[in-house]
Amino acid sequence: MMKPQVEAWDNTKDDPTKPVELILGGNDFTSITEKVSDIVLERKTPRAWYIAITATAGLTGIMFLMIAYLFMRGVGVWGLNNPVGWAWDITNFVFWVGIGHAGTLISAILFLLRQKWRTSINRFAEAMTIFAVICAGIFPGIHVGRVWVVYWLFPLPNNQAMWPNFRSPLLWDVFAVGTYMTVSLLFWYTGMIPDLATLRDRAKGRVKQAVYGALALGWRSSHRHWHRYEKAYLLLAGLATPLVLSVHSVVSFDFATSQIPGWHTAIFPPYFVAGAVFSGFAMVGTILIPARKWFGLEAIITKHHLENMNKIILATGSIVGFAYATEFFIAWYGGNPNESFAFINRAFGPYAWAYWTMVTCNVVTPQLFWSKKIRTNLTVMWIMYIFVNIGMWFERFVIIVSSLSRDFLPSSWAYYRPTPVDIMTFVGSFGLFFTLVLLFIRFLPMIAMAEVKTVMPIADAHSGERRSVGDYHGDIPSHIRDGGSPK
Amino acid sequence: MSATPRNGALHALMTDFESPSQFMQACVKVRDAGYRHWDAHSPFPVHGMDDAMGIRGTRLPWIVLVGGITGFSAALLMQWWMNAVDYPYVISGKPLLGLPANFPVIFELTVLFSAFACFFGMWGLNGMPRWHHPLLANDRFRRASQDRFYVVIEARDPKFDSERTRAFLASLGGAVVEEVREIVEA
Repeated sequence: MMKPQVEAWDNTKDDPTKPVELILGGNDFTSITEKVSDIVLERKTPRAWYIAITATAGLTGIMFLMIAYLFMRGVGVWGLNNPVGWAWDITNFVFWVGIGHAGTLISAILFLLRQKWRTSINRFAEAMTIFAVICAGIFPGIHVGRVWVVYWLFPLPNNQAMWPNFRSPLLWDVFAVGTYMTVSLLFWYTGMIPDLATLRDRAKGRVKQAVYGALALGWRSSHRHWHRYEKAYLLLAGLATPLVLSVHSVVSFDFATSQIPGWHTAIFPPYFVAGAVFSGFAMVGTILIPARKWFGLEAIITKHHLENMNKIILATGSIVGFAYATEFFIAWYGGNPNESFAFINRAFGPYAWAYWTMVTCNVVTPQLFWSKKIRTNLTVMWIMYIFVNIGMWFERFVIIVSSLSRDFLPSSWAYYRPTPVDIMTFVGSFGLFFTLVLLFIRFLPMIAMAEVKTVMPIADAHSGERRSVGDYHGDIPSHIRDGGSPK
Repeated sequence: MSATPRNGALHALMTDFESPSQFMQACVKVRDAGYRHWDAHSPFPVHGMDDAMGIRGTRLPWIVLVGGITGFSAALLMQWWMNAVDYPYVISGKPLLGLPANFPVIFELTVLFSAFACFFGMWGLNGMPRWHHPLLANDRFRRASQDRFYVVIEARDPKFDSERTRAFLASLGGAVVEEVREIVEA
């Protein structure tokens, strides 16, 4: 990749008289196909990839060792105490589920809103959703205490003729997260079928042809198939949209339907969903910025895409900040002494350090994105994403641990400290996440080729007659845009 | 893969185009010529092709609706039977079947069943998976998933006549007219 050329690619100038070019570098259908599929089929696996996957697989191994130790000794190996019965494990669960939400927002909600820029990043974000939900699913599973009866979470017939309690939010969680995982997987796979066919048709080795061919299900790019395929994709997007909003709402019910001060608030569902999208976009950006550089995809994942993501981070970050303020206001205005104590305790009690870390990362940092210079500077935005990731983990930690550690009865208050097992299990879950990400970028098309092709101006069979293809700026009729007369 | 098999019966005639607009104009002509067993293949869905090819709406949404209703009813019945009949749970004197508390699971299963209906409904209507097809054995056709646009008229079409159809396809302005042969097992 020629460096000076990449530097010159800037499609972040807001010129309302021109449609934003979503794909730069003079690409056509052929070059898009080559750029994306060669990463998987032709290019030699970089040595850095082997080094990276060794490291992440090692971390994953550590996580499983920690889990094995936990199973042998019980949840006492964590720093849990009385009254803090939920701590890092549930924090990690909420953190990872939240990360997943950006993928569904990009793939489903932006699809329904006809945001064409989503096509360059949706595959990546959807993959991340699935990997994040896999990481999330581990934590409640290992937290149950008696892991040998973990199947009681599901309504399975058993020898005690016993059924789960469907009025418990913890059971709602099982269904919400399970459905979310399944539907995300179906949506991701549906979107990938045409691209798997591309890989099948370009693969040279027998093994690759057979594997990609099997996965492509005999896709022949037929328009009679495309017709039903597009309908299926639209319906799945329509199904995934309320689903993603429900998932973090249900996760928030775990807290909101309890009576712990600081948890028992009606604001939780929307506040959790906004926070989830906020953290998820930061995680997408954290991985996307290095990936686009290493694989030379700057022409497909352009600065315009990243800038749009930063705008969403700014919007959702502001919602999160507003929610923090609302919580405090209601704690005071509601006049419940336990509730107001819980919030004063959060900001000035023993966990004040965590609270102010959260506020700095989640409320202050995203506000910098009001500046166009900052929101188009790759290095700065990457650092900001890291801040947001940290801040959103602390948000869940603050909510869970600060509320539990000082509840109604002062004589039972206790301070929670994580043990090395807590810490290594969490760090290990990053290993699992990045191992899956590395496998994904090595073996599957990380850009939705077929979808990217549809948003290129040359894809329009009526180009010249009709409005141009771009994003919202493209809504300007071409004769006005080009200053000519209508054709 | 091995070279295109040439020994089978004629499956179809095919021509290809470089740009979506030529492709769509060709499809309009094939539609107007009255062919029924024909198809258009392109690496991405070209906007406006449903009209150009005269494709009617799919019944997929109805399949999804049935899936959704099934999920909704199954979730409601399951919760009622498990918590109110087979193993009655009395928790703080609350009703055994309280819709607000049972709704989250109903919602999730409605979405889950609809999504499965949508996913496998699309497979069923599209005849997927089908790994064995004359077009997939054709080397030239491989670019249909990459960067070229194909119009294919099948030999089983009542209007198909190998000479006249060949001339018709050549008149559409595509690159070459090529025969697609049935796959013959060795």
